[in-house]
Amino acid sequence: MKIFVLVVNRVIWFVPTLLGLLAIVFFISHVIPADPAAFAAGENASAATIAEMRARLGLDQPLHIQFLRYVQSILSGDMGRSIYTGRPVSEDLLSRLPATLELTLVTVVVAALIGVPLGVVSALRRNSWVDHALRFVTIAGLAIASFWFAILLQLFFSMQLGITPLTGRVEGWGPEPITGFYIIDSLINWDMETLLDAFHHLILPVATLALPAAATIVRFTRAGVLNALESNYVLYETAMGYPRSQIVWKYVLRNALIGTVTQIGLIFGILLAGAVVVEAVFDWPGLGMFAVNSILNSDYNAVMGFTLIAGTMFIVVNLLVDILQGLIDPRETR
Amino acid sequence: MESDLIAVRDLRVAFASDAGLAKVLDGVSCSIRPGEIRGLVGESGCGKTTLARAILGILPPNSARIQGGQVLFGGRDLLTVPEAALAREVRGREIAYIPQDPSTAFNPVFTIGTQIADLMHWKSPLLRDPSFRGNARARREADLARVVEWLRLVQLPNPEALLRKYPHEVSGGQRQRLMIAMALLPEPKLVIADEPTTALDVTVQAQILKLLKGLARDRNVAVLFTTHDLGAAYEICDRITVMYAGQEVEEAPVAEFFNRPSHPYTRKLLDSLPSAETGLRGIPGEIPRLIDPPPGCRFNPRCERATEICQQRPPAELAGPGHSVRCHHRLTEFAA
Repeated sequence: MKIFVLVVNRVIWFVPTLLGLLAIVFFISHVIPADPAAFAAGENASAATIAEMRARLGLDQPLHIQFLRYVQSILSGDMGRSIYTGRPVSEDLLSRLPATLELTLVTVVVAALIGVPLGVVSALRRNSWVDHALRFVTIAGLAIASFWFAILLQLFFSMQLGITPLTGRVEGWGPEPITGFYIIDSLINWDMETLLDAFHHLILPVATLALPAAATIVRFTRAGVLNALESNYVLYETAMGYPRSQIVWKYVLRNALIGTVTQIGLIFGILLAGAVVVEAVFDWPGLGMFAVNSILNSDYNAVMGFTLIAGTMFIVVNLLVDILQGLIDPRETR
Repeated sequence: MESDLIAVRDLRVAFASDAGLAKVLDGVSCSIRPGEIRGLVGESGCGKTTLARAILGILPPNSARIQGGQVLFGGRDLLTVPEAALAREVRGREIAYIPQDPSTAFNPVFTIGTQIADLMHWKSPLLRDPSFRGNARARREADLARVVEWLRLVQLPNPEALLRKYPHEVSGGQRQRLMIAMALLPEPKLVIADEPTTALDVTVQAQILKLLKGLARDRNVAVLFTTHDLGAAYEICDRITVMYAGQEVEEAPVAEFFNRPSHPYTRKLLDSLPSAETGLRGIPGEIPRLIDPPPGCRFNPRCERATEICQQRPPAELAGPGHSVRCHHRLTEFAA
């Protein structure tokens, strides 16, 4: 199977891409005009103490040596200590990763389940009132600022109606942490109450994030379906009397989804790194909140760690998208 | 005629464009007998493909307007049959289609086997066989056996392996052989082949035509074969209809057509065939704009024999035995 070749090929490319990412993260963080040594030494430290701290952190070494050390330590799983929390950055990140991943995954699934059928309908009913209405909603969905929309949702559903929780992932303590994904953990513990509560807490943040995501998916699916409907194979399938429903939902959709899958991958990556604002509004203990705090505290190692994690996830998602595309489109792999 | 398989009567189709309505078919009549192989020839833009698609009912719904006429087939006017019934009962089952470009007519993301299996699921003649009623599995197996047999009939090597391949993995000639097999597998009465060899290498063209002709002949399947290639039409057709600017201008049996053409346009078409003595010769002028065609005979601006009457009155159709022509100044008298 050539799909195997494709996977190996993409995985090999993963390495230089990751090195590039490391280099960019490293150098950018060194251009920032903030002195981490001064931070680490404390507020009233003397110049001598700061210099000593600089030497201890290795910040007095030439840049390329610093980079090599950096790569070396990353490869051994060491992202350094957070200057702010004092704990290893990798631990901090790993403890927050599941919250963000859970939010992102649920958002992408919801957005795809809503966006794909609506995109198909929009294309089939081109220029009908359905299409026009969807165009309005999708453009609005892309244009609305998510923090504003999030607050609006909170005001209405949580404050006015009181039917959704305002913030957080669950009431009280979460389920026994196994994976850190509350949905999975509560399922493993067979704790239906917590499961429902977790879903309940997901509604508003997912709605906020899924609106622009679904809007993008609707636009791309619509374009893909329209494109496919005008193809020669649809003309042929129509001429040979394949039923319209089969043409649309089997033959057209598979072709249209090639573009949509790429888009879903991009959305996934953007959400992982970009749910910062929404996490802040909903007090969601994920990577986004961690990143914001780290930046505000000039927490050097933490910011680098976050950027690295976000970038890596983006690369991984792209890798998965490539493989998925190979599975959908045989021209990629055979 | 009672024995006609399909009769197109005075068909008028216009296309909406920004510049106005283009009358792409302006009163076309043409009938095909069972088992007949009919050539439909003319320059690009003369309406061949529109006629082929009008018969199948697959004109683009947004731009095409059927303004009049009938397509009589199997005792009904296909223009009045609802779309769902056309798709279910006529297309692919009674009237099959062979497309111009086999490389884009296959769906790129499904295997050839999937596409043929779906076709058979809806169009297999075994659906009409009472012995398979209520036994879908046995029918599927019988269908698969038929498919494999047909792939052999169209001279495709290793049919079982071919069914597992994707369209881009086989050659253009093989794809068109597959299209022929798919058109004939449902045992239709009429096959519409819209320039089936235009996209193929010249060396492959002749093989494909011979194959199509042989298989259709053996099974008494009528073929409407549109082409701008007179040589190809000569190879396989019983009769030829010439179209010019949305009208049929001459129709004759193939021998008569080549030996005694009656319409000046046909004459010029035949003269334009390249030969060692004359080299390449085109037809001066170009086909008229269909939004505001010339009054009278549509060919008059390009015709050397045109007189005043040609600009005033469209010529009526003159029919001799087996030969008809629309011209005020036809080149031959018909035999009595």
